Amino acid sequence: MTASGHPDRAALFYEDPERVRWHDQAIWAVRQNRDRGAAAVPEWESLRQTAAEIKAHTLSRLPDYLEEFEDRAARLGVVVHWASDANDHNTIVHGLLRDHGVTRAVKSKSMLSEECGLNAFLEARGIEVIDTDLGERIVQLRNEPPSHIVMPAIHLRREEIGELFHREFGSEEGLSDPDALVEVARDQLRRQFLEAEAGLTGVNFAIAETGGLVVVTNEGNADLGTALPRLHIASMGLEKVIPRLGDLGVFLRLLARSATGQALSVYTSHFHGPAPGGELHVVLVDNGRSGLLAREPMRQALSCIRCGACLNTCPVYRRSGGHSYGTPVAGPIGAVLSPARDIEAHATLPKACTLCGSCADVCPVKIDLPRALTVLRADAVRAERGGTRTRWASWLGSQLLRRPGWTRLAARLGRRLLHGVPSAWLERDPRMRGRVLPEVAEKSFRELWRERRDEASQ
Amino acid sequence: MLRVGLFIPCYVDQLAPHVGLATAELLEHYGCEVDFPTAQACCGQPFSNMGCPEDARPLALRFAKAFPADRYDHVVAPSASCVAMVRHHYRGLARNERERALLDDVAGRTCELCEFLVDVLDVPTATGRYAKRVGLHRGCHGLRELRLGGASERMAPGFDKVERLLAGIDGVEFASLDRPDECCGFGGTFTVDEPVISAEMGRDRLADHARNGAEVIVSTDVSCSLHLDSLARASEPRVPIVHVAELINEARKASEEGG
Repeated sequence: MTASGHPDRAALFYEDPERVRWHDQAIWAVRQNRDRGAAAVPEWESLRQTAAEIKAHTLSRLPDYLEEFEDRAARLGVVVHWASDANDHNTIVHGLLRDHGVTRAVKSKSMLSEECGLNAFLEARGIEVIDTDLGERIVQLRNEPPSHIVMPAIHLRREEIGELFHREFGSEEGLSDPDALVEVARDQLRRQFLEAEAGLTGVNFAIAETGGLVVVTNEGNADLGTALPRLHIASMGLEKVIPRLGDLGVFLRLLARSATGQALSVYTSHFHGPAPGGELHVVLVDNGRSGLLAREPMRQALSCIRCGACLNTCPVYRRSGGHSYGTPVAGPIGAVLSPARDIEAHATLPKACTLCGSCADVCPVKIDLPRALTVLRADAVRAERGGTRTRWASWLGSQLLRRPGWTRLAARLGRRLLHGVPSAWLERDPRMRGRVLPEVAEKSFRELWRERRDEASQ
Repeated sequence: MLRVGLFIPCYVDQLAPHVGLATAELLEHYGCEVDFPTAQACCGQPFSNMGCPEDARPLALRFAKAFPADRYDHVVAPSASCVAMVRHHYRGLARNERERALLDDVAGRTCELCEFLVDVLDVPTATGRYAKRVGLHRGCHGLRELRLGGASERMAPGFDKVERLLAGIDGVEFASLDRPDECCGFGGTFTVDEPVISAEMGRDRLADHARNGAEVIVSTDVSCSLHLDSLARASEPRVPIVHVAELINEARKASEEGG
């Protein structure tokens, strides 16, 4: 079955209604953990405001801060590379690995590498990449993309992971105990860490003032993956830079609490220059970011710290699953990031949203996602191909509704039609099953109001 | 006496006229002079949310002209969502300073019914009798754009204006919901674009209310109510859904009749 848009891909997720139910509940539980974590910080709302302001300031002077970072990092012995797009990024990373004779690399979680399609690029050139984040490793073994930016395999049942490990690693059949599964993965990953010739990581924060990089994980896999190999390549989007070391605390306090409710991620790893005898390369990637930077309200989306809170709170994401978005980043933020770059390819994403606004209130850096999504809907209407159905429907509706006389006439007709239409008519569309048409009032408010006024004047 | 221009959104006019009448009676009960200018039309929200703001603009201008400042001190509507459109999204539709001034003026005078009672009329709480366990459906636009109450995501203090009004009614008990402010899944065009998820969200809301013993669901928005009701009527047991204006008005009348 080919799926062209969000509703079609969501329908695939709905083929297993039980999965929809627990997916919603499991992720809602994460949202509740986040609420408890946030509630424990009395100044939560002012912390969000501070974070939003630091990001807005940084984005307003992004070239300056990036150059400051490059300069400071270089002084620490870091080699800084600039990549204008995904292909550039992949070519740079591949070149470094090739020049160092690397055939096996380990990688900690990096949404940027998903965005750039790095794994496939390297594998096609004979370099094996092992994802070391447990969730990432699971989806890598299943040959599918992550469905969540923080919990990549959240769409899978424990039993499915047990089957996967049995098939891939020959672990005991029918394993579903989380601890036992982690033990299997740990045993497998230790070997990969020991054999790796290079460590690839993402970057959570790059500090302009110091030239340092900060990588946050819960599994310690960024440390393990970079501790043994002599070569460490860190890839980051342009927007990851923050001005000062002093700003870091603001974001660290928000990040883990927003993501999972933890006060702090288990590992916050700082890289200030290469390890003795090793090399540290940073690849700064644009890949459409400067285009977003040039346009409000999309610019705000570059403030994102990838905590996943907007996914967890989104009632649509929880019920449609990450794969329904068809983008490297799912959920509300993904429904902005991808369509903002290519609206035709992602036209249904801005509409996969009720504009409930929960994402904006949960966002630790206060990105106005509903506003961005509304603007993108207008982009989608302009980009509509094969006629302009939305455009005409909207024009007609507006013409009708701005003329009360016409509205009354149409409404009278509509009410009569609704009266004549049995709900069985709705049942013809399987997607509409389980709904009943509204009961139609005999008279409109306008008519009742006129009668009331006439009675009063008698 | 405050002169109130009653704004009855198009779908309330056609599908829930009793909500409009209850709103008018309630405002009159609290001492307002209520008028319904017939020149009013749709607020334009559907077009704005569809991505066609240029079709929303003429409706916004029409709205502003239907409720001139020299005739109406306030514009009050039994719909948080439409009021949020007027208050937060009209400004962006203006093409020049004159239009902006016109739209800003009407936005500054437009209120949702409950916030009008609490913030403008200073009504401490509604009165009367309504002996039922009530499930409060907090509509998203009322909650997160008008801030009628504190959204569960926000760690800011705040009270719920709707809940405060209802709390004073004799016999009202509140059902404690598992998810106090999750979206019902209507979302205007969303219910057409994504009917499967829309219905799933609605059924989840109904189940939450039923599970927690709500005998009636009360909402600030007829749009949410119609969506929920279209699902509720196809399922058992059916929890009835009323508008907050109907509930308050009914409670008031019940105590007046009962002496």
